[in-house]
Amino acid sequence: MEELDGEPTVTLIPGVNSKMKQMCFDWGPGEMLVCETSFNKNEKSETEPGCPFIYIIRKDIDVYSQILRKLFNESHGIFVGLQRIEEELTGKSRKAQLVRVSKNYRSVIRACMEEMHQVAIAAKDPASGRQFSSQVSILSAMELIWNLCEILFIEVAPAGPLLLHLLDWVRLHVCEVDSLLADVLGSENPSKHESFWNLVTILVLQGRLDEARQMLSKEADANPSSAGMCRILGDLMRTMPVLSPGNTQTLTELELKWQHWHEECERHLQDSTFAASPHLESLCKILLGDEAALLEQKELLNNWYHFLVTRLLYSHPTVKPIDLHLYAQSSLDLFLGGESSPEPLDNILLAAFEFDIHQVIKECSIALSNWWFVAHLTDLLDHCKLLQSHNLYFGSNMREFLLLEYASGLFAHHSLWQLGVDYFDYCPELGRVSLELHIERIPLSTEQKALKVLRICEQRQMTEQGKYREFHRFYGEKRLADAASLLLSLMTSQIAPRSFWVVFSAEQTYELMRCLEDFASRRPVWREPGVQRLQEDVENTKLEMLRLALARNLGRAIIKEGSLEGS
Amino acid sequence: MFVARSIAADHKDLIHDVSFDFHGRRMATCSSDQSVKVWDKSESGDWHCTASWKTHSGSVWRVTWAHPEFGQVLASCSFDRTAAVWEEIVGESNDKLRGQSHWVKRTTLVDSRTSVTDVKFAPKHMGLMLATCSADGIVRIYEAPDVMNLSQWSLQHEISCKLSCSCISWNPSSSRAHSPMIAVGSDDSSPNAMAKVQIFEYNENTRKYAKAETLMTVTDPVHDIAFAPNLGRSFHILAIATKDVRIFTLKPVRKELTSSGGPTKFEIHIVAQFDNHNSQVWRVSWNITGTVLASSGDDGCVRLWKANYMDNWKCTGILKGNGSPVNGNSQQGNSNPSLGPSIPNLQNSLNGSSSSRKHS
Repeated sequence: MEELDGEPTVTLIPGVNSKMKQMCFDWGPGEMLVCETSFNKNEKSETEPGCPFIYIIRKDIDVYSQILRKLFNESHGIFVGLQRIEEELTGKSRKAQLVRVSKNYRSVIRACMEEMHQVAIAAKDPASGRQFSSQVSILSAMELIWNLCEILFIEVAPAGPLLLHLLDWVRLHVCEVDSLLADVLGSENPSKHESFWNLVTILVLQGRLDEARQMLSKEADANPSSAGMCRILGDLMRTMPVLSPGNTQTLTELELKWQHWHEECERHLQDSTFAASPHLESLCKILLGDEAALLEQKELLNNWYHFLVTRLLYSHPTVKPIDLHLYAQSSLDLFLGGESSPEPLDNILLAAFEFDIHQVIKECSIALSNWWFVAHLTDLLDHCKLLQSHNLYFGSNMREFLLLEYASGLFAHHSLWQLGVDYFDYCPELGRVSLELHIERIPLSTEQKALKVLRICEQRQMTEQGKYREFHRFYGEKRLADAASLLLSLMTSQIAPRSFWVVFSAEQTYELMRCLEDFASRRPVWREPGVQRLQEDVENTKLEMLRLALARNLGRAIIKEGSLEGS
Repeated sequence: MFVARSIAADHKDLIHDVSFDFHGRRMATCSSDQSVKVWDKSESGDWHCTASWKTHSGSVWRVTWAHPEFGQVLASCSFDRTAAVWEEIVGESNDKLRGQSHWVKRTTLVDSRTSVTDVKFAPKHMGLMLATCSADGIVRIYEAPDVMNLSQWSLQHEISCKLSCSCISWNPSSSRAHSPMIAVGSDDSSPNAMAKVQIFEYNENTRKYAKAETLMTVTDPVHDIAFAPNLGRSFHILAIATKDVRIFTLKPVRKELTSSGGPTKFEIHIVAQFDNHNSQVWRVSWNITGTVLASSGDDGCVRLWKANYMDNWKCTGILKGNGSPVNGNSQQGNSNPSLGPSIPNLQNSLNGSSSSRKHS
């Protein structure tokens, strides 16, 4: 989902000189083949020095560390679970369950982040350490966005609780506070610590007023001349009306109380109660939601959405969801102050505050080079019945489009492809055919893989399960001679008397033929040493007959299926 | 996010075509040195040349694999006015140990009077069938009625295109709703401004291929043409390599509205046109799900094109060479974090510069 202003990524292929030559290429299931050539065809080209190299280009799947694979595996479990409980999601508990699913996804992201953070710290060389660190930042951004979407779209927090959720959100993502708190408290003279006032300020900015009061009491102890002021400010902090969960007061009552409290703070400011201490006066202004005072704390706030939430806390605590976007936009503008322009993350958050889900997904698709995030988030939002469907031919709606993209990507990986199968299963329009297209390309390089693929096909077929399964059992147990015999007997017994009998469907036949060719081409590996030439001939004949039988079955199956469909 | 690995090709002259097999475990290359080479990928991921043999008495322009259900089968076409079909035979066990395989010629198709410029197998649901096109302006369709006997091929159809042909593409759609369809491109440079892309459709009643459409807007020489794999769309997508990259959609008009028994009529729309290659575009090819188109051109680059869910096509990636040397079988490339662009700061971490759709 690119926009016009996104630039395509350039991949350099060393050894190719694009100024002198062109390239011919071919797609493979997981890789691309590229080769230098010259397209102006003359029969007698001056003999170029033989073309030096062929290039195999593939998406760098193996960069996916073990950690990310865990993310894919665990989120796959959550995804499938969500699809399965869909029918059970009814009534009042529906929202709670969807929120739970959302939190599960987020905890998986956080676990992944944590692990990657550990790896980043432990990294031996700075380059890979940096790489892991940047991965952590990206995961963190993803969790930030997802969390906000959960609050706004899934939890659908109303005015009142909305602010509490947003406070939690901000506190979760600006986490240096706790380490600073520990630092300061742990020192000999906390109130003399160089970061003391920063700490108190950030606690207030985050609405952690109890802790801020504790700090103030330390200052009061250490500095008796400010004790009086500290006490007054502490009282103001203590008495700030907040909506606590389970509180029975209405929003109107809260607003009223809050208004009175706000006026009390204002009075103290007018009376210059805190004039003797610039720090305390600044804190009072923050409590009053004074924009200028807040903007002075840009560094501590660190970002505009923190500024937004603090601003709301101290000036519009009962903000309604639909008004959020106004404050969001102005907060962004004020915070950036015209010095820099919004980053993609900012635009995504803004879109969320505007409740423009499609915009959120679109921007995320552009900003993140991986479909994992948008596919899972969109699917969840779809279960919340939040997406209108646009008509497009790559899947009848955006959810399916994204899931198909994500699942297709998984198929390029030698083991993650199995996860992809389930995603295709839950794409009603194009999932089945996409699965077929992808699965038929999987090289059956091992028995294991072959069996897995066959099992998957089996589960999704309707006819002749029994014999098919038996064949596979033999195949799986490496009793290949037995498997071949069974198959042969099945087919030859049918061929003679009833020439129009169809034992296997066309698809099954393809699979069987493939299996056959697979183990036929590797037969020497299975042969016991000392096998006689005669036996080899017999084997060859059997194989030929099998091939013939399968081909005939195929022909008949196609006719049979064609006539069924065409009628 | 792409890693490039190089393999010493060892052809003695220009390579004109490279082709993966269905599973991506084997590949074939063909060259002006008149030979075809087949390469196999080992379990460890290394590629080894397992066969190399002289195929024609002139430059070999194209090489292509049949669907594996027909066995290990290749077709090649050449300046020597012939096309050929090759089959791998299970070798002697010592050959296998030495890592070599043998390919035998099953048939030579000699009907063309000029250079054969393209050869393509038909979709597998049509059986073992292939089409060739030549500079003499004729598309020939051959069939091997018995898949167990690859030496018997019969010429089923000869389609006269009236212009020197450069490329063909079968419509891969296996839906019963569509008759077999083949698109032909011409690089004829004669001054008659005839349209250079023709589409032929098989008629069940007459048992012949008849012209269904001509793309009137394509008047420059066409070098390559490719139908996109169809995942269930009711319409077709066709990509064309000419002086730019063009993508057309062809929507079948309902049969009741056309004269019954005749070829399907199509509503043709151009959905994308890109001249980023700066001059001629030589090849176009779709990925297996038909969601990404790759093109290569005079600018020496391979470009990847993708449509978003609103149907806007855009270049999402460029492969190019900067001429720096390569070491043998080295694996080099860009290793970016797999979930996003590599910028550490949280606020900056979602910079939109990397918009290529790379998958997980």
